[in-house]
Amino acid sequence: MSNIGKAFENGKAFIPFITCGDPDLETTAAVVRAAAANGADLIELGIPFSDPTAEGPVIQGANLRALNGGVTTDKIFDLVRDLRRDVEVPMVFMTYANVVFSYGSERFISTCREIGIDGLILPDVPYEEKEEFLPICRRYGVDLISLIAPTSEDRIAMIAREAEGFLYIVSSLGVTGVRSEIKTDLGAIVETVRQNTDIPCAIGFGISTPEQAAKMAGISDGAIVGSAIVRLIGEHGKDAPEYVGEYVKRMKEALG
Amino acid sequence: MTNPNGRFGIHGGQYIPETLMNAVIELEEAYNHYKNAPEFNRELEELFNEYAGRPSRLYYAEKMTEDLGGAKIYLKREDLNHTGAHKINNVLGQALLAKKMGKTRLIAETGAGQHGVATATAAALMGMECVVFMGEEDTNRQALNVYRMRLLGAEVIPVKTGTATLKDAVSEAMREWTSRISDTHYCLGSVMGPHPFPTIVRDFQAVISKEIKEQIMQKEGRLPDAVVACVGGGSNAIGSFYHFIEDEGVRLIGCEAAGKGIDSFETAATVNTGRVGIFHGMKSYFCQDEYGQIAPVYSISAGLDYPGVGPEHAYLHDIGRAEYVPVTDEEAVNAFEYLARTEGIIPAIESAHAVAHAMKIAPEMGRDQIIVITVSGRGDKDCAAIARYRGEDIYE
Repeated sequence: MSNIGKAFENGKAFIPFITCGDPDLETTAAVVRAAAANGADLIELGIPFSDPTAEGPVIQGANLRALNGGVTTDKIFDLVRDLRRDVEVPMVFMTYANVVFSYGSERFISTCREIGIDGLILPDVPYEEKEEFLPICRRYGVDLISLIAPTSEDRIAMIAREAEGFLYIVSSLGVTGVRSEIKTDLGAIVETVRQNTDIPCAIGFGISTPEQAAKMAGISDGAIVGSAIVRLIGEHGKDAPEYVGEYVKRMKEALG
Repeated sequence: MTNPNGRFGIHGGQYIPETLMNAVIELEEAYNHYKNAPEFNRELEELFNEYAGRPSRLYYAEKMTEDLGGAKIYLKREDLNHTGAHKINNVLGQALLAKKMGKTRLIAETGAGQHGVATATAAALMGMECVVFMGEEDTNRQALNVYRMRLLGAEVIPVKTGTATLKDAVSEAMREWTSRISDTHYCLGSVMGPHPFPTIVRDFQAVISKEIKEQIMQKEGRLPDAVVACVGGGSNAIGSFYHFIEDEGVRLIGCEAAGKGIDSFETAATVNTGRVGIFHGMKSYFCQDEYGQIAPVYSISAGLDYPGVGPEHAYLHDIGRAEYVPVTDEEAVNAFEYLARTEGIIPAIESAHAVAHAMKIAPEMGRDQIIVITVSGRGDKDCAAIARYRGEDIYE
């Protein structure tokens, strides 16, 4: 059992996503601290992958910039060690199966535990393949976060029943990225989730405005925002922490 | 060979976003229903025979045999298929299946353009919409195939991300599939990706080894000593191997693109230089760095320029049933020219990798032995690039 539950104790949760190492790790550290100070309830730290197949152009670009800047898994572990000296909000890694597998799944997940990472989101590991990582995650008390998509339909109950930490509900078809409108009937999905589990659920993909975040958090327990924040960081570079801090504050306030 | 979870030993699986899970489950159910349906198989056989021109010839390469002075060499002429490569076998199967499933749109990735052309062809034939993703680098290397796809009514989308080659085209096609599933089938071009693709594609390509077996029994009254094919993702190779896997006496040899050599960083020889990893929906061997970042690979051949290999090949390697050998650009180009001059057959530069390895082993084998080389495609598309490699600029 990790600390993820705490993220949902302070009203509706606001969950920002940040790609580690974009534009550099010093900026990432400052952005994380700014987000935490301004009300982020849970922070998703992206470990970049060369070929992020679930990402749209914005986060793809951030992955590429970070890798070109020489960021590695070990350097990101060091970043988290440093952050954990003063940052208390729950943090999870979001990356791809191969980043964990090639590092040695046990070595990777035991390090997560050691440095204070609460969970792991792997968008290319569906229910059918979770045994690859789940037994190790359980052994080290790191939650393997499950995702539910608009196409999950008859799979929602099965996934929800075994979910840990929180459930990540994907709002729309396609890859990550800002959307003007979210059309999926998320209310029905959340209702099925509620019937099958007590753990919290948050909605992500396509959310950028305070209005969208409030609407999504109204249906569920929280809102996840990735591309809009990564875009801010892309625009402002080393000056991004200030802008991200303001943005997080505005979004958290919108959740009420 | 496949267990219920789509595993080949430790390889294979379904490492894909949740968004696609119901799509691959639906595909598997449809495939399991139709693969034994007499009507489906009758239609597919008619397409193979009347449209694609199957069965393809098993040609005795007498001059090459005499010149090399060893094993008797046969060429399985997949280059003579409609659209000029083995890719049409898989595409006709998948397009027919997609049509039965009520899909109206095909999307595909392509490297050299052969799979893209085949998919565009099947889409035209069956009245389906078609979108092909192709690395921008490859659209330049294979401009003629881009034109062919557009002529056939397909939309070609140049992929600019990453290394702008085959792996990026696969990633982009997967992204597109997650955004539009209900009317769209992803017509994957090789024995790779998530289950059930490696099995479906292998089954449709297995017609190659089924025919080789019948043809060689007819001509020689015995099985060959070796079957040699090139391997990128590995669809023509698995098609050439499949019905011989049970025949322990037949050596199965896959030829990987070594590019400038397996000791250089400019190579695409996955089994020879890669490690086990998880990418593009499957566990298999991949060229990657110590942190699991997928490596940029290189080969003169756009069709073999892929950092992974199909999971069944990874398994055949693990159990020692098939051998995977590296062949460099230089060796492949020499073989390309050799086959043209010796037999009057211009092979695809991909297939030339298999020809090159056969040229190495044939002289060491006895005259009573037999090698079958799969010529997976024809080489017209490669002439400009090979001319450039030899320092000559030609304009098409």
